[in-house]
Amino acid sequence: MAARELTIIGGCDRQSREEMVRELVVRAGETLAVVGPTGSGKSELLSDIEQTARGDTPSGRRVLLDGRPVERTPLGLVATLSQRTSFVMDASVAAFVVRHASCLGKTGGSWTEQVLGLANTLCGEPMEPGDRLQGLSGGQTRALMIADLALISDAPVVLIDEVENAGIDKHRALAALARRGKIILTATHDPVLMLMNQRRVVMAQGGMRQVIGLDAEEDRCLAQLSQLDAALLQARDRLRRGERLRLEELN
Amino acid sequence: MKVVIVAGPPSAGKTAVLTQTARLLQKEGLALAALKFDTQSSADPERFASQLGVPTLGGLSGYLCPDHYFVSNLEEAVDWGRHHQAAVLLVETAGLCLRCAPHVEGVLAVTVLDCLGGLDAPGKIGPMLSLADVVVLTKGDLVSQAEREVLMHGIGAVNPTAEVLAINGLTGTGSLLLARRVLAWPDSDAVGSRRLRHDMPASICSYCTGERRIGRDYQTGNVEKLAWGRA
Repeated sequence: MAARELTIIGGCDRQSREEMVRELVVRAGETLAVVGPTGSGKSELLSDIEQTARGDTPSGRRVLLDGRPVERTPLGLVATLSQRTSFVMDASVAAFVVRHASCLGKTGGSWTEQVLGLANTLCGEPMEPGDRLQGLSGGQTRALMIADLALISDAPVVLIDEVENAGIDKHRALAALARRGKIILTATHDPVLMLMNQRRVVMAQGGMRQVIGLDAEEDRCLAQLSQLDAALLQARDRLRRGERLRLEELN
Repeated sequence: MKVVIVAGPPSAGKTAVLTQTARLLQKEGLALAALKFDTQSSADPERFASQLGVPTLGGLSGYLCPDHYFVSNLEEAVDWGRHHQAAVLLVETAGLCLRCAPHVEGVLAVTVLDCLGGLDAPGKIGPMLSLADVVVLTKGDLVSQAEREVLMHGIGAVNPTAEVLAINGLTGTGSLLLARRVLAWPDSDAVGSRRLRHDMPASICSYCTGERRIGRDYQTGNVEKLAWGRA
């Protein structure tokens, strides 16, 4: 199935006040961050999209696909990725990829190679086709799921609920999904991930308060914050390996 | 009165799905009644009563097959729901046996499965899955999108006409889709003149009637053996 754009028509916040954002359109290939304090309504917004709300959720929002209301929510419209997601299947990476591809009618071709090729650019620890899913690290698991989402899953809308710092290249992950023409919404508390999106919708008290586009200065902030992020990751890895941190290496 | 029959393996999340959906139906102003069939004991009726504030009743089948017990009581169950002036009667079955199904022709048939039962699970579940109008997948947030898609494909292979819905029993996401389906379903309370969608296994052998001894000498009735000669 395909969708070129997703429209969210604003409803009300928890105080029954009209949402400040009356209409929000996200187009294929676009990424939108959903930001706001805990309890501000991020998950509810994603939930409204997943259920293609028709004014029948607590928010009263309506979700349109390609400008039209949805009669019956199509199966496979939305792919989701949450913090709790893990593999339950016990199989090799290659068997997993082939099984997923073939159930979507994607047979032949080098699906395993393609998915692993992408996954291995997202994560520092390379995977082999024969690796068991259950033996993958957190970062490898996340990288494989994103590569699989980008290359095999047909879902045009991807909802991400906080990709944590599992040691994957978040920037590349988002870019890989966007390149495939997906509509991507990411709910996150991570400032680097927020700024990786061209726009962000700010949630407060259950309502969409405002939509902010990334400006040139924030773009430079992103570069600096990414360096800090990388320094943190590096420090984490070194401490985990039993090494000592040295002040001069941090700068 | 609309009747909804819910089946599914134990701990698949039937009660959570029903509770979430019931809340949405209540918001639409519909009066509900809920009935839970179980084997030994069940806290579900009290849970329904306290969480939803609707008339609830539990039926324990004891040593009987819970699905036989369910179907023998369905007409009375519907009378009970009517007596309470319910607009929707929710019936949750025990969900144990994969050989038969509690689904009734013309009555909305919902089967709940979780995503943790393995990717081959749809092929192992019989008429309960193949004859459902709606198949609900729960615990989807615990597995990858790919595994969800493989499962949905497996369900589609067993039951191509069912609507497959992903519902999160904890947050309720997705239950709206089931509520919409319930709202659109016609009244279906004349169950006395309806038929089961699938036959239920009869009391066929000595073990069905309480036999506990194991030897061949004690096995009477319809006893079937694996093809041991060729094994």
